[in-house]
Amino acid sequence: MQKIGVFVCHCGTNIAATVDVKKVVELVRYEPGVVFADDYMYMCSEAGQEKIIEAIKEYKLTGLVICSCSPRMHEKTFRACAEKAGLNPYMVEVANIREQCSWIHKDKEEATKKAVILARAAIAKVNLNTPLKEGESPVTKRALVIGGGIAGIQTALDIADAGYEVDIVEKEPSIGGRMSQFDKTFPTLDCASCILTPKMVEVNQHPNITLYTYSEVEKVSGYVGNFDVDIRKKARSVDADKCTGCGECSAKCPLGKIGNIPSEFDRGLRNRPAIYMPFAQAVPAVPVIDRANCTYFKTGKCGVCAKICPSKAVDYEQQDEIVTVKYGAIVVATGFDIINLDKFGEYAYNESPDVITSIELERLMNAAGPTGGHLERMSDHKQPKDIVFIQCVGSRCDSEEKGKPYCSKVCCMYTAKHAMLIKDHWPDTNITVFYIDVRTPGKNFDEFYRRAVEQYHVNYIKGQVGKVKPQPDGSLLVQAADLLDGKQINMKADMVVLAAAIEPNPGVRKIATMLTASIDNNNFLTEAHAKLRPVESPTAGIFLSGMAQGPKDIPETVSQAGAAAVKVIGLLAKDHLKTNPCTAQCDTLLCNGCSTCANVCPYGAITYDDVQVMDHGLRETRRVAQVNLALCQGCGACTSACPSGAMDLQGFSNRQITTEVDAICR
Amino acid sequence: MPMNEENKEFRPLIVAFCCNWCSYAGADLAGSSRLSYPADVKIIRVPCSGRVNPMFILRAFERGADGVIICGCHPGDCHYSTGNYYARRRMALLFSMLEYIGVENGRTRVEWCSAAEGAKFSKTMNEFCEKIQSLGENVRLGDLRCKN
Repeated sequence: MQKIGVFVCHCGTNIAATVDVKKVVELVRYEPGVVFADDYMYMCSEAGQEKIIEAIKEYKLTGLVICSCSPRMHEKTFRACAEKAGLNPYMVEVANIREQCSWIHKDKEEATKKAVILARAAIAKVNLNTPLKEGESPVTKRALVIGGGIAGIQTALDIADAGYEVDIVEKEPSIGGRMSQFDKTFPTLDCASCILTPKMVEVNQHPNITLYTYSEVEKVSGYVGNFDVDIRKKARSVDADKCTGCGECSAKCPLGKIGNIPSEFDRGLRNRPAIYMPFAQAVPAVPVIDRANCTYFKTGKCGVCAKICPSKAVDYEQQDEIVTVKYGAIVVATGFDIINLDKFGEYAYNESPDVITSIELERLMNAAGPTGGHLERMSDHKQPKDIVFIQCVGSRCDSEEKGKPYCSKVCCMYTAKHAMLIKDHWPDTNITVFYIDVRTPGKNFDEFYRRAVEQYHVNYIKGQVGKVKPQPDGSLLVQAADLLDGKQINMKADMVVLAAAIEPNPGVRKIATMLTASIDNNNFLTEAHAKLRPVESPTAGIFLSGMAQGPKDIPETVSQAGAAAVKVIGLLAKDHLKTNPCTAQCDTLLCNGCSTCANVCPYGAITYDDVQVMDHGLRETRRVAQVNLALCQGCGACTSACPSGAMDLQGFSNRQITTEVDAICR
Repeated sequence: MPMNEENKEFRPLIVAFCCNWCSYAGADLAGSSRLSYPADVKIIRVPCSGRVNPMFILRAFERGADGVIICGCHPGDCHYSTGNYYARRRMALLFSMLEYIGVENGRTRVEWCSAAEGAKFSKTMNEFCEKIQSLGENVRLGDLRCKN
């Protein structure tokens, strides 16, 4: 029998307001195994922990039950505290009487009753706990960054500068991400490529960074400190070692003029050849052949690029290559895209070329863009006089099928930026912005927005646009309601710009599944703790950087990228990691070697060995399951699959869970 | 006639198995967002929904539980890749067997709830409690020796 100490926390009034803490202490005092029970204002405080340590020593406790907040919050704290007093940390159980009791129940009597039941279940479990010892696993001192936008670039640079090797996997032919498409950045109006390109070059030249562009993560196995990742290097059809990046091939590709292949980088505003670099400053400066569109790959004829290439770098025979690399940590920096606007037919995005998204406007205003930075309508190439901006297209949307419930965070600011930039170049342009709310929290953000209103006289109207109608004369009729004076507005515009909602990169779900990283309803990656661990995934060894975690602007992305890098460096700096001791165990006397457990194990941790067993006085050789403790992650799939009950999970054993059920149903 | 109309005081006993990574965290979020559900629900933390042995559920009914709910990560999101798929199949089989012996299908449920779905967790528990309330006390499978 264990000697158990029960400690009930008030958590200020968080618990004590709805749970009669003293009564809980009285009621659990006579539970089997309990030799000591007490309460304290804040169990997690230093004084509270001191109390626990004293009690362990005085009553020679062998088990602890802490009735407090969620074990996800402070289980670690209390385990460390037990260890300090010489008790095995796995002899501690936490009864969650805050998140799952006091915070959700109002009736004090009822909540107290439930708290007692939860405490009893934990006490019953501790009675069956056994001391467990953590193993050790080595750490591979190399990190993987998935995504080569500003988030991935910054994370990789920070890790590499600390002396660790980093690989970046980017699915596009060049790194740079969304930021490379932008013209200027708010609130300083810095030119985006002027601040991004040097970083891209630095990544390319850094001795600790390896770039895998035009590549995708194919398979991930292993666990924190020891991930095995398969990376598919898609065939570029150009030998990167030979190519000098002269651009002759792209210039001479016959499809450049007649191909009608929309440029992804320019959001379809101009065409590109079949052999192409996404943009002039691409890193690496090596083109790729788009095999789906290339005449040579479609018909076997043409081959102009191979003939013209001065360094004979074009290689039509190149195959996809899969490389397997070991990593200690993985950072997800997969970034964002804007939502598909097919469901927003009222804005005529698919009908009129003069209704564009903000990111298309970025391209139109960029000196390297399809119009050389001259703002013009895509229909008749005339400069627009009246421009209407529509905010929150799909953001803060009530209808879940249509848009997103969240605020995309950056649209208010970039719209103010666009309005100011246009007014700067073409002061006689009339600009109207339809908004729901203008949200400008951030350093120098509100000042920036006020400049747009006060200095540049941008016309902000609080109201939603109901319809955009293309007119026979080529203009657009914008129908809206002014919410402040209740009037209907019919406005003629030459160009309409939609601030489309931001969503995580569509590929992130597949990556999250491979990494077993949690994802929320909107496909943003979930943090380990929303406030205290914002750059870590709940899955150990996976870190989050940039928009993949939630909408944020460039300064925030860069800060988060740095924070993720620090966490990775902290992990890679260790030589060994403690492994979870809650692993599966096989009772060789019960096991009949049926392989059911090995079939359900997601980690391949179960093998079979012939062992000598003594059964009823007879010595015999049997084929039984063996668990590789280094691979076992403690999910317990094998334990419920085992038909003979031979498999059990330490820390969550069949007896422990059954006894919890009994305690609750008593 | 449903049990609760005779006995307004009937309070069901509900055991919820929650996986550590998604639904237990979802329950925590429901708590920190103060989204209430009846105190009849008692949560047992398991590493994965795939860890829930059918014996635990039978045991709960035997010991007087009126409803049992298993919560795991959404399909495709299991922290251990596949545990929730096994749970889903295993429970489908178990629940049909339980129905055959008289434990109504409404008393057993599998629900997916992510760490971000505190509201869903609370809503699910409210619905489930209401359902059990309407079904009344579970009389099948109870260990007669445990009754007083």
